[in-house]
Amino acid sequence: MELVEAIILSVLAASTPLLIAATGELVTERSGVLNLGVEGMMIMGAACGFAGAWFTGSIVIGALCGIVAGILMSLIFALMTLGLAVNQVATGLALTILGVGLSGLIGAGLVGERITPAAHLDLPVLTGIPLIGRVVFGEDAFVYVSLALIIGVWWFLYRTRAGLVLRACGDNHVSAHALGYPVLRIRTFAVMFGGACAGLAGAYLPLAYTPFFIPGMTAGRGWIALALVVFSSWRPGRLVVGAYLFGAVTILQLHAQGWGIGVPSQFMSALPYLATVIVLVLLSRARTGGSTAPAALGTVFVPDR
Amino acid sequence: MRKTILAAVAGLLLAGSVGAASAADKLKVGFIYLGPIGDLGWTYQHEQGRLALVKELGDKIETTYLENVPEGPDSERAIEQLVRAGNKLIFTTSFGYMDPTLKVAKKYPNVHFEHATGYKRAPNMSTYSAKWYQGRYIQGQIAAKMSKSGVLGYIGSFPIPEVVSGINATMLGAQAVNPNIKVKIIWVNTWFDPGKEADAAKALLDQGADIIMQHTDSPAAMQIASERGKLAFGQDSEMIKFGPTAQLTSILDTWGPYYIERVKAELAGTWKSEDSWGGLDSHMFAMAPYTNMPDDVKKAAEETQAAITAGTLHPFKCPMVAQDGKEVECKGGKTLDPGQILGMNFYVKGIDDKIPGK
Repeated sequence: MELVEAIILSVLAASTPLLIAATGELVTERSGVLNLGVEGMMIMGAACGFAGAWFTGSIVIGALCGIVAGILMSLIFALMTLGLAVNQVATGLALTILGVGLSGLIGAGLVGERITPAAHLDLPVLTGIPLIGRVVFGEDAFVYVSLALIIGVWWFLYRTRAGLVLRACGDNHVSAHALGYPVLRIRTFAVMFGGACAGLAGAYLPLAYTPFFIPGMTAGRGWIALALVVFSSWRPGRLVVGAYLFGAVTILQLHAQGWGIGVPSQFMSALPYLATVIVLVLLSRARTGGSTAPAALGTVFVPDR
Repeated sequence: MRKTILAAVAGLLLAGSVGAASAADKLKVGFIYLGPIGDLGWTYQHEQGRLALVKELGDKIETTYLENVPEGPDSERAIEQLVRAGNKLIFTTSFGYMDPTLKVAKKYPNVHFEHATGYKRAPNMSTYSAKWYQGRYIQGQIAAKMSKSGVLGYIGSFPIPEVVSGINATMLGAQAVNPNIKVKIIWVNTWFDPGKEADAAKALLDQGADIIMQHTDSPAAMQIASERGKLAFGQDSEMIKFGPTAQLTSILDTWGPYYIERVKAELAGTWKSEDSWGGLDSHMFAMAPYTNMPDDVKKAAEETQAAITAGTLHPFKCPMVAQDGKEVECKGGKTLDPGQILGMNFYVKGIDDKIPGK
């Protein structure tokens, strides 16, 4: 019983950064922009988030620093791809390389320092309920924020006019432009939202998950977030399922090794990725209801005067 | 006018060449690093070694390093870059640089190379490594004495001989104290991913282990053990900052004395290609202070360390029984021979697990 609770807690902690980063990227991609720089924005969020928290002693300020760092990185991307109409794939990859290098420089003096991680919610009685108490009422703020974010994004995309316009930009920027919508401005906001989420997701790592900063500590999580967006077929509901499934497989394979289940660990480590591929195949076979990529994803738009 | 300009230019050129000549008097020593110098683990310790070298011989040498150099064919360019920059002695500090180093060494016979943890040598290429399994034996002994549950948690990186021999040495040390000790092993299939290392530590503790041992590079596992009020061993470097009440000891890579010795030999013209595989007696590595344990455990650990240093105790002494109950062939007389240790691909008796992929 306690073990089940412990496993669920680990799964939530491992899934949260993926969910936050993927939520941001989902909005960016829904507006028709493919930003492959999530890893770079995340690691900048980690470095600046840790720096902010270390200098001020406040996790909230740290998280805000991470968000600002992510937004600044995404603005570089927006300037290049939306302002100067540069290829999005190349710019995104460059953004990752820039972020990895720059974050190492920013964090160099902070390696070896430690902070008190984000506090966990502790309510009288409720947190003490066996099995579900700590899972539902005992998480750190990031976990609740991640869930609020994805619900908010779902509501925005499907229940508001602005969300409809954003999706229109992603599906057909020429039509959206013809209707008088400022496609590039909308996309810039979407890219900035993606950057803010990636920065927050990155900041989660040194502020709550492993409370120290080391260069390269995101270790590829930004790429997994990108894969999750595809996995979710650009739908918020499936994104939540995907993120928690990925986290669950990652944690359960570690436990399976501890229990001595005789499956090679190399296979276990590959399992989350294998699950992603299988789901993608299933989705592409069952076309009915399976939403495909935004039609204008990754294409450059230069408005005619 | 023209003549004076020419003279001035000639003078400048002359001054320039003189400057270059005085710089050339200093021996240039280059280093290739796998990670960033701030990784707090493997690369950090090599950088500490370089700094010790500069402190000792800084007036006679000039050092350069390249960090974040990926292993494999790409590293060849980085090594060659150091050769072209005039470095005469080059240390390549990770296993994956083995073939690239050998290739460059063959191309430049007048430059000397030193490759860490590999087994390929050339007339101008040495190898160096440490017998870390000796430290792991001591850790196993401490772990068995400190564990209340009798279950140790071990985070492995990749199932390569170095890691497998570390697990075996740990178990042999632990069994010498408690023959019924158990170990749970989780492979994370990476050297460095703080999040995953932390998750592995949590999984091991959740499953009943109360001592965490790691063969991965970040202090994440130490921090988890500390948070949960459990004990752990560091890796490569001092990690007590991340677990002031958790760290029992740590195997510290101390490359400084070796680097100083080799550069001195190079300066004296006595450098020759050889294989250095140093143990506790060689200063190639050291044990961090024994902390967070009662005095009798500390004393026992110090005695074991002294015995291993003196050569009276060998972790892989014969007879040694493998997992399947068969006795291991004893090629080194009373102990396993170096080849058997460096190529170890079996578990000793008492480990209820299988090496992945075997």
